[in-house]
Amino acid sequence: MIRAFSALLARDLRLAGRVGGSGALSLVFFLMIVVLVPFALGPDLNLLSRIGPAILWLAAVLATLIGLDRLFQSDEEDGSLDLMTGAAVPLEIVVLAKVAAYWLTTGLPLALASPLFGLLVALSPEAMGATALTLALGTPALAFIGAVGAALTATIRRGGLILAIVVLPLMIPTLIFGVSATEAALDGTVPFTTPLSVLAALSLMAGVVGTLAAAAALRWSE
Amino acid sequence: MGYRNADGWGSRDEAARRPRRGGEDRRGATGKSVRLIVENLACRRSGRRIFSGLSFTLAPGEALMVTGRNGAGKSSLLAMLAGRLKPDAGTIRGEAIGEAGLPECLHVVGHRDGLKSALTAAENLDFARDLLGSPVMAPGEALAAMGLPHVARLPVGYLSAGQRRRVALARLLVCRRPLWLLDEPTAALDIASQGVLATLMGRHRAEGGLVIAATHQALGLEDARELHIGPALAEAPDAAEAEAWT
Repeated sequence: MIRAFSALLARDLRLAGRVGGSGALSLVFFLMIVVLVPFALGPDLNLLSRIGPAILWLAAVLATLIGLDRLFQSDEEDGSLDLMTGAAVPLEIVVLAKVAAYWLTTGLPLALASPLFGLLVALSPEAMGATALTLALGTPALAFIGAVGAALTATIRRGGLILAIVVLPLMIPTLIFGVSATEAALDGTVPFTTPLSVLAALSLMAGVVGTLAAAAALRWSE
Repeated sequence: MGYRNADGWGSRDEAARRPRRGGEDRRGATGKSVRLIVENLACRRSGRRIFSGLSFTLAPGEALMVTGRNGAGKSSLLAMLAGRLKPDAGTIRGEAIGEAGLPECLHVVGHRDGLKSALTAAENLDFARDLLGSPVMAPGEALAAMGLPHVARLPVGYLSAGQRRRVALARLLVCRRPLWLLDEPTAALDIASQGVLATLMGRHRAEGGLVIAATHQALGLEDARELHIGPALAEAPDAAEAEAWT
């Protein structure tokens, strides 16, 4: 089982890195949003640094969404999904490996790059650290929730729109607690750990429910 | 959950050294001697009954050629056997497969070849071997057996349709699974490769394996049984409908 899991993980990471892969897509998209916002808002540094964490989180949600429609669809199109149905491991393990690879190529780079991008929205060093931490804890929830939508729309051509409509409402709690945890770290009216624990809990719950739901959706997809 | 045949995962070198024949020590869940029993199978796609009342039994070493017009449901039958499509009615059973489900005992090679264009042929086969389990042959050897030793390091996207098909067929050799489901296996293959495929299928059957092939051509399968799927509609299906079925 470990072997099949690591084979899937290694394959998806390798594919993301190859030409035509989705490796840098979400990171570049993230960067574009964060670069454009200061131009749209004007040179008000106080305003920027106040809404900075929210902008970074918003950008992270959208950047997670952008490559999601290809998560299972590309495997469905070329028949790899048939191979995975007949794998020596349950489909849940397949989903888990694919979502893990997806998070490693989207969520984790976003969290790691967020301090750098935070410079563009005039974040203080503490805010940069808090944003990076909450993104690292919260983006797994986004990936797993998105995987359910990706599995449901795997057989639909141009299913990206339906995917976004299905998945976005479910991502809202993660967004709320991600931003509020970051703000709690800054102004200190609420203890930092309270929203942070909720955020971590959301990720853990999404990990279980999302894996089972996405595997069920793939089984019934034909 | 977990693997039924404990010797299924050798190290890579061990798997490479293991001779292809002489599989006496590995008759586990995914070993040979599987009997396939299909009873009263019915298929419905997009609310339309494609076929019904389909029954057949396949004993170890037997081959079945599925024939029928375009859109008759040949590919749908294979998809049901592979567990990708729910039967509308009827049952599919595999005897002597142990705890493993039927999808874990079969190989599928179809129109969609399950290869990633960005990965090399060897990487694709390596992945299939790790995913499917029961490795018996190194990817390089399997490619050589299909007459493609030189493409191992090439991305599959650079290969021709026939070469891609041969890489997909090499998957049959990399992992040992008793039931082969082949959908138009000779499509895009040249004459020499068709001969290689016929030899491979013959050897697989001699070892007690099963072959089910949906085809319009003779495949060189000796004394294969034939299953003709008749169209469910009296009139010929028009092109749009046929497309919706496949």
